[in-house]
Amino acid sequence: MISSNTTFWGYRRENGRVGVRNHVIILPVDDLANAACEGVANNIKGTLAIPHPYGRLQFGADLDLHFRTIIGTGANPNVAAVVVIGIESEWTKKVVDGIARTGKPVTGFGIELHGDHDTIMRASKVAKEYVQWASELQRVECPISDLWVSTKCGESDTTSGCGANPTVGNAFDKLEPLGVTMVFGETTEITGGEHIVAARCATPQVRDHFMAMFNRYQEVVERHKTSDLSDSQPTKGNIAGGLTTIEEKALGNIQKIGKKCKVIGCLDKAETPTKPGLWFMDSSSAAAEMVTLCAAAGYVVHFFPTGQGNVIGNPIVPVIKLCANPRTVRTMSEHIDHDCSGLLQRQKNLDETGEELLEVMLRTCNGRLTAAEALGHREFVLTRLYESA
Amino acid sequence: MIHFVLHDPKDTVAVVVVEGVKAGQELTGWIMDEDRTIALKAEQDIPIGHKLALKDIKSGETIIKYGIDIGKSIADIKAGAHAHVHNIKTKRW
Repeated sequence: MISSNTTFWGYRRENGRVGVRNHVIILPVDDLANAACEGVANNIKGTLAIPHPYGRLQFGADLDLHFRTIIGTGANPNVAAVVVIGIESEWTKKVVDGIARTGKPVTGFGIELHGDHDTIMRASKVAKEYVQWASELQRVECPISDLWVSTKCGESDTTSGCGANPTVGNAFDKLEPLGVTMVFGETTEITGGEHIVAARCATPQVRDHFMAMFNRYQEVVERHKTSDLSDSQPTKGNIAGGLTTIEEKALGNIQKIGKKCKVIGCLDKAETPTKPGLWFMDSSSAAAEMVTLCAAAGYVVHFFPTGQGNVIGNPIVPVIKLCANPRTVRTMSEHIDHDCSGLLQRQKNLDETGEELLEVMLRTCNGRLTAAEALGHREFVLTRLYESA
Repeated sequence: MIHFVLHDPKDTVAVVVVEGVKAGQELTGWIMDEDRTIALKAEQDIPIGHKLALKDIKSGETIIKYGIDIGKSIADIKAGAHAHVHNIKTKRW
């Protein structure tokens, strides 16, 4: 049974936060630096390049979000040290300075005036020092309250709402009193259940903040939709799995926040929470976007319930997949970390599957690779707010 | 064997949780919130994960699942029949 005495073995970083992985990442500021980052990661074994397609000519809130996500990824405590590479040195320095606030080793390289060859050579020398240094860091025993856990579901079907999502909810109800920091989001996928989330908000201020975020996203849908969204929400996969309307999907979705947890605050995308408890993050419902934003906010382990079988992972955060659909567990078993299909045959109750999920979580935090990690799933997807300049 | 589950006793649709449900099959359903079972005959073949109607539903009626409004019917649905996108629509967007 999980309790306040429960501990896990993690990496305590310079700023006091605890990670459950020990990555040395080679982080591009922009798309143009992907090749150099991959060159460094090819040279230096045990490092990980995180290529992505953006970072040029963005402006305003969209650019702020880009920096927040890239800096947050480097700052995440699952990352021991970072080599940053950008096409030019000023934005590169901005990312380096942001990550350096954690106190972890970070060095940046601008490609202009050097070219890829010279940049890769110099960055590889630093990456080699970092990875050898990181390889000697030891896990230490940490209280459960040092853990930050995020959740988002995907390729949901009706079994998600009956089984996998309430299992996460049960786990969250058990983690909340222990001082764990948690988050859920997926703003549009709350449509039809927004009154339930609003009723869970801890204060009227949090409720107003949540409803303002919810209503803003509804306006985005209204402004851009060309139909009732029945081709996108629910998705084709959701519909194949038996989900019929957005309301049904939403009511299944919010089973993830359990029966007791209060929502203590609302976060902007990739924003770092300031205290333990359950937070709401205003986010896209697209799986890799949301998991990337949670990782950038500082969450170190993720619960991902699925029905039809989403295969997602993340470069730096272990994504634990659970599923209650017996057909998916049978046909896609290599992707599933926790089979909770017994719930739907009344062979187990939620308390049991919730406790089992927490055991999987602790083993994962202590170092066991998730299915997604073993299979090499490293989906890293930046959220864009609008066109580049 | 549990063939379908529903959350709330007020629900008008329930979820098939086994593969291969055939028309005419006698089904056992589990009301999760009350932990008791009910019986219903399938009117049609219904794939795993898809819903069946728990009562005769008239076109335009509100559909209840989790004890909450999840949309409206756009055609009559017989008890035990397949309830999905061909006969239920969102009230949103």
